[in-house]
Amino acid sequence: MDRLLGNNDSMWGMGGVVRRAGPAWLVAGALAAVGCGGGDLSDRAVGAMGPTAAGYPNGNIVLIAPANPGGGWDQTARQIQQVWTSAGTLGVPVEVVNRGGAGGTIGLAELVTRHRGDPQTLMVFGQVMLGAIRANDSPVTIADTVPLARLLNEYEVIAVPTSSSYRTLGDLIDDFRREPGRISWAGGSAGGIDHILVGLLARVTGVDPGNVNYIAHAGGGEAAVAVMGGHVSAGVSGFGEWKAYVDTGRMRLLAVSSAERIMGDETPTIRESGLDVVLANWRGILAPPGTDEETRNWLTAALGSMRDSAAWQEILRANEWEDSFLSGPEFDRFLGEERATVDAVLRSIGLVR
Amino acid sequence: MGALGQLGDHLTVGFGAALVPLNLLFGAIGVTMGTAIGVLPGIGPALTISLLLPLTFGMDPVGAFILFGGIYYGAMYGGSTTSILVRMPGEASSVMTAVDGFQMTQKGRGGAALATAAVGSFIAGTFATVMLMLAAPVLVELALGFGPAEYAALMVLALTALGGLAGGDVAKGLLAVLLGLALGTVGIDVQTGQARFTFGVLGLLGGLNVVTVTVGLFAVGEVFWYAATRQTSSAERAQINGSVWLTRAEWRRSVPAWFRGTVIGFFTGILPGAGATVASFLAYDAERRVSPMPDEFGRGAIEGVAGPEAANNASAGGSLVPLLALGIPGSGTTAVMLAAFQMYGLQPGPLLFAQESRLVWGLIASLYISNVLLLVLNLPLIRVWVRLLQVPSSLLFAAVLAFATLGIYTLNNSVFDVFVVYALGVVAFFLRKHSVPLAPVVLGVVLGPLLEQQFRRAVAISGGDLSVFVTRPVSAAILLCALAAVTVPPVVRYVTSRPR
Repeated sequence: MDRLLGNNDSMWGMGGVVRRAGPAWLVAGALAAVGCGGGDLSDRAVGAMGPTAAGYPNGNIVLIAPANPGGGWDQTARQIQQVWTSAGTLGVPVEVVNRGGAGGTIGLAELVTRHRGDPQTLMVFGQVMLGAIRANDSPVTIADTVPLARLLNEYEVIAVPTSSSYRTLGDLIDDFRREPGRISWAGGSAGGIDHILVGLLARVTGVDPGNVNYIAHAGGGEAAVAVMGGHVSAGVSGFGEWKAYVDTGRMRLLAVSSAERIMGDETPTIRESGLDVVLANWRGILAPPGTDEETRNWLTAALGSMRDSAAWQEILRANEWEDSFLSGPEFDRFLGEERATVDAVLRSIGLVR
Repeated sequence: MGALGQLGDHLTVGFGAALVPLNLLFGAIGVTMGTAIGVLPGIGPALTISLLLPLTFGMDPVGAFILFGGIYYGAMYGGSTTSILVRMPGEASSVMTAVDGFQMTQKGRGGAALATAAVGSFIAGTFATVMLMLAAPVLVELALGFGPAEYAALMVLALTALGGLAGGDVAKGLLAVLLGLALGTVGIDVQTGQARFTFGVLGLLGGLNVVTVTVGLFAVGEVFWYAATRQTSSAERAQINGSVWLTRAEWRRSVPAWFRGTVIGFFTGILPGAGATVASFLAYDAERRVSPMPDEFGRGAIEGVAGPEAANNASAGGSLVPLLALGIPGSGTTAVMLAAFQMYGLQPGPLLFAQESRLVWGLIASLYISNVLLLVLNLPLIRVWVRLLQVPSSLLFAAVLAFATLGIYTLNNSVFDVFVVYALGVVAFFLRKHSVPLAPVVLGVVLGPLLEQQFRRAVAISGGDLSVFVTRPVSAAILLCALAAVTVPPVVRYVTSRPR
């Protein structure tokens, strides 16, 4: 066990970021701040930001990943932790805790009720949470929080089994238009982003979204099995997640939900098939209610400095995520529009009344 | 010859990577930690690996995966100890072990039950690893061929295990399984996204965790029973009679059970989503059906321990097949391992075997080593474990309650879960008071949601046509087995008991 713990100082050496002695997650905030203020950070643009006049942050920053380990929110939280910690941006250690369940609304409820006025705790959130809030009739919503920034976009893909006769999205949509019930779509949870994409496709092709034969799964992995095994006509999931399965030779990607083709990939966009659908699964960060303006600005600046770092750009590239940084009033406006879109689609699918 | 030579090369690479002293140490740490968390109620391998994940960032991935593999195999074995000695399974996959294992303890054969679990786990783990090594690509075809109709049929077959669990009283057995099915419906329905039976309580939206139910009914329930009655099932705790080791007769009965359990467990394990618990139900039921003395089950039949314990270990190995060959997690633990692969920038799949052969074969080699380490660690420990029985009940139960509370709290860091587990403990108290068996409740909680979701998926995909269950050959065959399981025994009994 000693060897295991002793080994872990090398984690700070990953990804070409500055190596720092000692496992920072074990020591108090002050020590970490000292460790990062040193001149050994000269090769990076980012460095420690001093605390605010009010003395924020005071102790560890806790980042809630409102999902179980392994999913997109968990990955995002852990990557933020890695960049912030290795660059020492906050001057305090960053912890990640998982609060999975109910499309993130369990984590959201905890942030709003238990951490009101306590911005030491932040949370990762995203597009999926908007749908879950409506579908679960969550008593707390994004409006109860202080949104900080949107960080990244991930796009959706539409895939078919390799053995499928559908070669293009056009082929699939022709049959979908003719007999919507015969086309089964595998994807993640009901009302989640995969379901919403199929709902949008139905809308633009003139199919009654109520007739969509959507087969919900507990996650992208389970849905991938349904597609690879040829048990459904088509499937929908995140580009990064399913691109890997193409290599297994059991799945063919028909289209991606971005506005332009994704760099280095030849999968056509949905728009290229003449359907006006673009859908991004964006993810960002929230602060709890009662976060004052000064703290909000400080945190937004900390996120901005992370976004500008080479380490973060490398993470975006490695995960096939698109940089979509947005903060301040523009982000608030964007959230309002997204909420309206999600609402309208969920209503048309019949998931909410 | 070429293929064999290649396999030899792979194994050389693998054992070369795994036998480095540091990696051996990781393997040893892994199995020790795994055994410990298996013994503790609530804390399972998935949680442990996710907690260790940030600590392993900078480690050589080979060492990290050797550690994780050791934890996974160790936990599958460790879960048997408390089931056998104090009838408190820490994970759902050890519930079946508690049924006959604890009866054996009461008859003074607790040591033998632990030994059959240890050796069975070793055989199962080794077999599963050999299959993983030799046949992963073929097995993947099998796993992918399993559609919703086949899963639904498999769950029906597993439900027939109820017959063996109900004991003498069919009505009480049915009551218990129905309670389990009802508890399984709580939470958000995957297909429609609607909340069911949550009564507006946010903490129930995610449903009742199987671990919570298991620990609540068995561990906490047992503590409450003791507090109320001052007698425990362990009151008449017998000391070990004779050797702690297996007798010749016990060996003879265990060996075939180990092999049956291994095969059942492995093939259930490669199906993503079926899991170790379903494997242990199927294995227990199979043992009872092939046994010449089915009446002995529930009263301390050693096959009832050997089969399920081999099965849950083999299923752990089986669930690595879809993980390594396709990148699909088949269980909670492998889901976290997939996250670990991603943290290292590795993508499991067919290419992983080619591109990262040191990692893949190192992991496989380390699984062999883990198995040996587990056996070496656990056989001598049996003598230590059985001394648990000499701890005064009041101390033992206080410790159990403390560990159960802690374990359940750490699961989601949720106080609500702790309330749920206590509430289930109260339910278990009343069920016991009216001698309703508890194992069928877990059967219902585990199988109900799987059966429901897969049934609805199958029917939705077929456009509402129920005939899919009989027109798909595999599904039809499984359903036929289930039908036979229910109808053949009574017919045989009728025929044999008829006076000539």
